[in-house]
Amino acid sequence: MSNHYDPTKDISPSAAYPEVSFHHHSDDAEFKRRVKKTTILLSVITIIELAIGLLIYNIHKGDSPNALLVLMFKGVVCILTIAKAYYIVSVFMHLGDEIRNMIMTIVVPLLLFVWFIIAFIADGNSYKNLRNKYDLHFKETTTPAPHHSAEKPGEKPAEKSGKE
Amino acid sequence: MATTGTVHQTKWWSGGKSPFNLEYGKLMMWYFLMSDAFTFGAFLISYGSIRFSQNFWPDPNVVFNAFPGAGHANLPLAFVSVMTFILIVSSVTMVLAVHAGHKGDKKGVIKWMWWTILGGLAFLGCQAWEWHHLITGEHAVLVDGKIEMIGQTMTGNPWGNIVEDNTALTAALNTTSHETLVHLAHEFPKEGTATSIEALEKMSNAQLSGMVDVAHAHIREKGPVAFGGYFYGITGFHGFHVFSGVIINIVMLIMTQKNVFANRGHYLMIEKAGLYWHFVDLVWVFVFLCFYLI
Repeated sequence: MSNHYDPTKDISPSAAYPEVSFHHHSDDAEFKRRVKKTTILLSVITIIELAIGLLIYNIHKGDSPNALLVLMFKGVVCILTIAKAYYIVSVFMHLGDEIRNMIMTIVVPLLLFVWFIIAFIADGNSYKNLRNKYDLHFKETTTPAPHHSAEKPGEKPAEKSGKE
Repeated sequence: MATTGTVHQTKWWSGGKSPFNLEYGKLMMWYFLMSDAFTFGAFLISYGSIRFSQNFWPDPNVVFNAFPGAGHANLPLAFVSVMTFILIVSSVTMVLAVHAGHKGDKKGVIKWMWWTILGGLAFLGCQAWEWHHLITGEHAVLVDGKIEMIGQTMTGNPWGNIVEDNTALTAALNTTSHETLVHLAHEFPKEGTATSIEALEKMSNAQLSGMVDVAHAHIREKGPVAFGGYFYGITGFHGFHVFSGVIINIVMLIMTQKNVFANRGHYLMIEKAGLYWHFVDLVWVFVFLCFYLI
């Protein structure tokens, strides 16, 4: 038998695609429970992210913003976002239900992002350092004004952390 | 395929079976989405790279603090959280549409597709409002020794550092246009000088300059040019995906209503449209992170 098929002529998925053995959630209650659980999870993570966003805003407004603390909160938000992405892809898009070989052809190429992000962020950062060193005009015109710190001692570190 | 009866272990690669146990269209949708993920990833990483190359970058809580109907109230993150929830909810209704399709429940598919389309349109409406607000909402900026009113565009934005040098600002008032002075004197009057716009328009520049309270006008420098370009470029590209997703969903709805899938015996097309729609939600999660949260 050949792999050739014409889906429009057949009447059911298994007849249309005889080489595919469909394995869909037959249990209605189990499916509803899972969707509900994931929806609540995504909402809760989003609310936590928003709370952290407001927290960062208030740290910036404060008298002595702690740059390290802001960076830490931003890191937490990034991790929460990746968790959200995982749940959307594995539950809503059912990638978690596919067979392993298939999952790997999607996930392994995406690992390129690890290099991609590190390399380009480092490149941007290095460009900034080089310009600050050799292009004083750039440094003077773009760095948050020093007289800030005379009036509000904590203002400058806050601006610095804003770009991280 | 006569030998299948004797093979007990699944041999995915020995022919006669789909090695990924997936129909062709759905597999190709996955690979398209993977390549689209790289496109969005490249945009967002380029944004990150530029952001790290700057000494100053605007604080998103300063930029995105408006809410429709709330006037000048400072509400950071409020509107974008509404947009995020709209997209999450429309993703859930899409899951339910796909599930109804598995059961061959035509009515269910139609109902949930409608909700998904409405969610997509609501999101697009929110984005249109947000863009409109950013482009037309002008703020006072100190540029080349004079004060100008500018909105956020591809060529400039008013989100730079706050200028705290009041003598420089007072000096800048002398070269500022009449229109801007009227606006500033109206919005930020010194105590006891508040008057109507009509009265202010009749005054001379010198009179108006004396009435502006520069210390409380929150006048900023121009922000990094790249900020506007990246914001409109990436949220625009995402919005375009939402728009095309809505179109695809409308086509699916019409096909369902015309019994195309019922005659075919399966609703696999709804699944493929669903994958695309979830991807749009997935991208928003990252756009939300990069532009609004960090």
